[in-house]
This record gives sequence, structure tokens and C-alpha cells, in this order.
Amino acid sequence: MAARAFRNIVRTPHYLDDIFIQMDVIGVGSLPIVILIGFFSGIIMGLQMGRALTTYGAQGQIGMIVSIALVREFGPVLTALLVAGRNASGIASELGSMKVTEQIDAMRALGTDPIQKLVTPRLIAMMFVLPLLTVIADFIGLIGGALIAYGLLNMTWAEYWSTAWRALIYQDLAQGLIKPFLFAIIISLVGCLYGMRTTGGTQGVGLSTTKAVVISSIWIFVITSFIDPLFFT
Amino acid sequence: MTDIATDEVLRFDDVSLHFDETTALDHVSFAMNAGETRVVFGAAGSGKTMILKTALGLQKADSGRVILFGEDVTNFKESALYPIRSKVGVLFQEGGLFDSLTIAENVAYPLVNQQARRNGDGPLSKAQVDARVQEMLNFVELGDTLEKFPSELSGGMRRRVGIARAVVTEPPLVLYDSPTAGLDPITANLIIHLIIKERDSRNTAAILVTHRYQDGHLMANFRYNPDSGQIEPAREGEGLGGVKTKFLVMNEGRLVFDGSETELRASQDQYVRKFVKY
Repeated sequence: MAARAFRNIVRTPHYLDDIFIQMDVIGVGSLPIVILIGFFSGIIMGLQMGRALTTYGAQGQIGMIVSIALVREFGPVLTALLVAGRNASGIASELGSMKVTEQIDAMRALGTDPIQKLVTPRLIAMMFVLPLLTVIADFIGLIGGALIAYGLLNMTWAEYWSTAWRALIYQDLAQGLIKPFLFAIIISLVGCLYGMRTTGGTQGVGLSTTKAVVISSIWIFVITSFIDPLFFT
Repeated sequence: MTDIATDEVLRFDDVSLHFDETTALDHVSFAMNAGETRVVFGAAGSGKTMILKTALGLQKADSGRVILFGEDVTNFKESALYPIRSKVGVLFQEGGLFDSLTIAENVAYPLVNQQARRNGDGPLSKAQVDARVQEMLNFVELGDTLEKFPSELSGGMRRRVGIARAVVTEPPLVLYDSPTAGLDPITANLIIHLIIKERDSRNTAAILVTHRYQDGHLMANFRYNPDSGQIEPAREGEGLGGVKTKFLVMNEGRLVFDGSETELRASQDQYVRKFVKY
């Protein structure tokens, strides 16, 4: 299914309307929760790291710590986990319901490839919007960290943003963007796979939804574990 | 190799299909010609729906041959099946309507997706599609439901929309999977009347899967009169009744009966007799 979904990206017909609808559902729909979680992640990180750094009189490095941790790791992983919980489940339940009510069979009988119509638009939309959501989560998280640095650690805005910005190197940005791209592939394909393989009526839909979230969440951590060593040096 | 009649629309040659330990179809063989009707009886899980799905290539046979409009489609790839599927209309048991589309969009779906493939003369214009959709919804007496969604309709109305979608491209073969299951007798009779009307208006071949003997009895003995616009008993020798309608009975994946209504009623097989009720 994954191979066919990727092959269909360059094959006609292209269901552009479906791609934009999915971008709206995944991207715009996930934006409030991504902003909220990104913001509080930055605040929590600022609080915890600030306390530890103050012990060594190094609270001036809070910007660096928050930006590296967020951009490299927490931004991509937390955003992916949120989107997996929200959208892998949504995709699996939607496609699963279509499967058990014979809508997917009807689609095939009426001359439409369900992979082309249902899977490929979700894959393309997810690959496009998850990196964008991650960038937004990173930025909002940095703002959360800035509030702590300014309010509790007596730093100026300029000091915080200067250390945060200078701490980042090209590999950090690359790592922060490659990960969500790979997570997007996993979340969309796992959601679609379990949805399309649903059997057993409404109970089967529930089971597929649960499996999609659990499996995609596990894969997010597995991929992270393989990607991180590549950028370790 | 078996000879294939030129007007033959569907042939099953010793077709078997298994799911793990379960046998869905067990060496099933039958054939039907253009304009003929097959009524398929059988208990739940006896393989009735699998006959339809295998005929369409939605399920691949493990052995045997499925010949659709003269082409052996048994091992066709999915993409190769699309053109030939456009010659077959299908009504799924649950209607199979797309929840996210309006009734008009559901009925228009085959026109938009299949017509270009069948005729090779490009898609229909929006005005042509709209007119055809309205015509078909009028045919099933639901002309005022264009902008509704399937969830807003009753079960019987969804089946009628399913019939409209199945026949909107005027396919020469239409498959009906339990179109009257779970419906009250009045709605069930309305559905069968619509199926007879569609069959006789265009001389379509049809396979009707059902549990109800009266559905098969109506299909075999009644015809649509275009002059009166009514369903009426077929007169002797008209050809639309018993001669062109045959009955198949499935039991645990096996085809245990293939014959006319008279032969069905005369059968001494205890299982077959269970489906002959008045």
C-alpha cells in the first residue's frame, strides 16, 4: 500500500480537492492544540532548566537549552504525538467506517482506486503540514521559554533570543525538519493501513483506531532513536 | 476450454474462494446471457454476496475462471478491471453510498468516473451530468433529495438512491445485493418494482441476491409495461418472465440448485425447499 501511495503522487488522476481538505483537517484543525502544547512545553522547559542552571549560575544559557531541546527533539516529537493521537485515529476511523459500510468496495466498483483517492491525498497533506506545524510549535515554545527567562530569571528579551538563535546550527534545523517529514509518512500510512484493513463492524473500527495511534506513536520513538545518532557528532 | 456464447455476460467456471479455514465459494459454475435474470437464494454466509464480489473482481478467485463480457478477468490487475467494471452496476447490501457526498454527488459519481473510460469521448458536461442525475432520481421517485446527505434518508430511500447510482451509466449487467433485506414489505415491493422496471426498460441482465422468495417470484413472473407505467403479470410466451429468470441456491459455498422457478418449486431437496414460501 505504501509503495502504491507514493507511486500515485506522480500518477493521474490527482485529487487536489481532497489534498486541500486534508491539509485543512490535519493542519488547521491541529493548530490550536499544537500552539497550546508548544507554549506550555516551552514554559515547563524554561522552569525546569532555569532552576537547574541557576544552581550553577548559568541561567544566561536558558535560551540555548530551550532552543536546542525544542528544535531538535521536543518540538518534532510532541507535535507528531499530538497529530498521531488526533489524526491517525481520525484517518483510521474514517477509512475503517468506509470499509465496513462497503464504501471502499463501492469506490472500487465505480472505477476509483481507493489508494489514489483516500491514501495518497492524506499522505501528501500530512507530509506538507506536519513540518509546518512543528516549526510553529518550536517558535511558540521558544516564546514560552522567553516568558520564563524574562519573568523569573531576570534576562532581557535580547539576551534570551540571542542565545537561543546562536545555539542553533544547520544540523539542528535539518534534524528538526527531517523528523516531522518521516513522522508524517508513518502517521498517515499507519492510519490508512489500519483503516483499510478494518473488519468486524463498529467494534473493528474502534480496534483499528486504537492500533493506529499506538503503532504510530511507537514508530515516532523508534524513528527518533535512529535519527538522533546520525546527528550526534 | 468452454465455448462462450456471444451474448454471454457472465460465466463462473468451477470457481472456488477460501478465507483461511472458511470456504466462501466451492467449485461454483453457472452462466448467464444478456437480458437474463438470476435470483440467488441462500442462508446467511452461504456465499451469495461472494458471487457478486468475485464477478466484479473485488475478491479474487483461488481457482477456476470468471468470464465477464467475454473476458477472463480471473487474474486481471485492479487497474485493468476498471474499464470492464464500468459495464456493471452494483447495489451493495448497505447501499454503499458515500457519507461525505450529497445524494446528487453520489448518483453523479459513476458518470464522472466511468463515462470517459467507457466511451473514450471525454467527461460529460456538468449540465449533462445534472440532467442525468435528476432523471435517475426521478426514476427511483426521490427527485427532491438532491442536496440531502445519505444520513438524512431512511434505509429504503438509501437503497433506492443506490439503485439510481447503479444504473445511472446504463450498464448491461446490474448486481443487486440483498436490496430488500431489513425493509418493510411495502418498501421491499417498491424496490423490486423499481428493479423490474429498470430491467425491462433497457433489457438489462441482473443478478438479485435475496432471502425472500416473493422477490424472485416477482422477478420471474412480472414485467414492466412502458405504456401503462405499471408492473403487471407477464403473459405466456413474452419471454420476460420464467424463461429468462433462473434461480440459484447456495449452501456453504456450494451451488446446490440452478434452474427455473417451476423446477425450484418441484425440488425435493430439504435445503432448497426452505426458500420456496408463499
